[in-house]
Amino acid sequence: MFDLNEGALPNRPGVGYKPQHFAAVMADPGAVGWLEIHAENYMGDGGRPLAQLRALAERFPLSVHGVGLSIGGEAPLDEDHLARLKALCGWLRPASFSEHLAWSTHDGAFLNDLLPLPYTAATVARVADHIDRLQEVLGRRMLLENPSSYLAFAETEMGEIAFLRDVARRTGCGLLLDVNNVHVSAVNQRMEAEAYIDGFPLDLVGEIHLGGHHEDHAEGGARLLIDSHSAPVDGPVWTLYARTLARGGAKPTLIEWDDDVPAWPVLEAEAALAARALEGVA
Amino acid sequence: MSQATFVAALLDPALAVPEGLLDPEGQPAGRRFDVYRNNVAGGLTKALEAGFPAVRKLVGDQFFAAMAGVFLRAHPPQSRILMLYGSEFPAFLGAFQPVAHLGYLPDVARLEQAVRESYHAADHVAVPLAGLTPEALLERRLRLAPSARLVRSRWPVHAIWAANMAGGPAPVAGGQDVLVLRRGFDPEPHLLPFGGGDFVAALGQGQTLGAAIDAGGDGFDAGAVLGLLLGQEAIAEVME
Amino acid sequence: MTIQTKTLAVASALACAMTVSVAGVASAEDMEKCFGVALAGQNDCAAGEGTTCAGTSKMDYQGNAWKLVPAGSCATMELPAGDDGMARMGSLEALDRDMAM
Repeated sequence: MFDLNEGALPNRPGVGYKPQHFAAVMADPGAVGWLEIHAENYMGDGGRPLAQLRALAERFPLSVHGVGLSIGGEAPLDEDHLARLKALCGWLRPASFSEHLAWSTHDGAFLNDLLPLPYTAATVARVADHIDRLQEVLGRRMLLENPSSYLAFAETEMGEIAFLRDVARRTGCGLLLDVNNVHVSAVNQRMEAEAYIDGFPLDLVGEIHLGGHHEDHAEGGARLLIDSHSAPVDGPVWTLYARTLARGGAKPTLIEWDDDVPAWPVLEAEAALAARALEGVA
Repeated sequence: MSQATFVAALLDPALAVPEGLLDPEGQPAGRRFDVYRNNVAGGLTKALEAGFPAVRKLVGDQFFAAMAGVFLRAHPPQSRILMLYGSEFPAFLGAFQPVAHLGYLPDVARLEQAVRESYHAADHVAVPLAGLTPEALLERRLRLAPSARLVRSRWPVHAIWAANMAGGPAPVAGGQDVLVLRRGFDPEPHLLPFGGGDFVAALGQGQTLGAAIDAGGDGFDAGAVLGLLLGQEAIAEVME
Repeated sequence: MTIQTKTLAVASALACAMTVSVAGVASAEDMEKCFGVALAGQNDCAAGEGTTCAGTSKMDYQGNAWKLVPAGSCATMELPAGDDGMARMGSLEALDRDMAM
């Protein structure tokens, strides 16, 4: 159905690419075997961002991760944005394209956040329609990422995994499993992260995300984890990651660090930790 | 719940958290909803802080953050591409009462937006002029690089920018025209001499080089500005 | 400006450009040297500050509850001003208006 020959991401660690790391990653990527970019940062007309991306593409497998498509939005997908994604994926030929189970745009305004969805049959249908349209435009299969959540909807009528399975079954899309999001959501929603990992359809997973969070609290002092991508990967997340690999085998694994971005050696060291975990599995 | 209801409460902290959003005990979400409010306001504030560092330095961090909160609610991004967010910020500053006495602020913001636009503008190849005589060139029209931006101000906008961003001396009174040029990948604001703004504007309107020099007026140093354009490789095309 | 003057100006600019060494082709490897523009307005998928900050401030943005005064370098920058031709010092005027409110 789709062109599956774009090349695949290697079962190695990758990192979220930051412009300040360009010289370092080109000089010595260390444990890093591939890079992920946020699609919207490469939708300018020219200049250094695109020049760097062209240079990176010659050396590394790339994953394009969209953060602005608003797949869960009530309105139809924005055709102009779809065209921009198609153009970017067209010349870059990335090994993977992924987006979020979330919405971020309403009535023309882009809210710059991954907003939550109720898990209902109606939402499944809408998200599946949007993914169908995206995959039709891009001519390739996408990976859909599980969100980090801070609250629940009274309307929700199914679990997150059932929701994701249903969307994947209808659209043929793959999944991106963000293990930090699993931990964050489990703490925030008081659920079992281990049970989530054990129930996740790992055969559909084309990529894993790891990232840092920070701890806040809700009313009454309940722990509330924030998916800040501003810190090293936390211990419990590494443990969940090991559980994921033990069950599903090695997968391309991304270290996400978007805020308070450290110097390259610190980021590379995080990737090296993931490399060690990956070496331990078949 | 509709996404419209969610968005309204997201952007207005005075509104109650929408019904039907729950914590693990089934109680109304409260602070959990604030996480989303803060993601939106905090993220867009950071984008404005990064995009307008000179304006921020002029008004101070605390004032800037509060003002950004007003702006982002009145003008949330209309594009999913954040790199150019803030095109409406200069006009907003011109109408925002608490900075009404800082008349130069909108133009400083215009300059900063121009620098960011220039950074992301299309690449070009500088055209060689060696084959043309000066007489022939005067009859031609020059198209400047897509990354060139002219900012004209009745304030010393270049000096204000330089004093805040590049350790320049204290500004003195007087209007300044600034031409942002990007040779390679780094845009730089260049102060134009007398007549330079009219000259560049005339070129932009498609007048011939000769006519544009006339537009610069008496005392306009055409050689200096043409030299700047050549030195910065800013001429993208010579047209009949 | 006479045609001779213009020709001379153009000729001198062209001659000058010839002597300027060619900068070479811009490369992606070139170091950033432009005031942080590269990092401005990057899209990402991180969450922000958590439960307390700008998004939940109840400040009245619409008008008369605004108490903040610009307090950066504008306070020391004396510029003549606007259409009324009055010289102004930013900080003093801001204080005056706020006190009147």
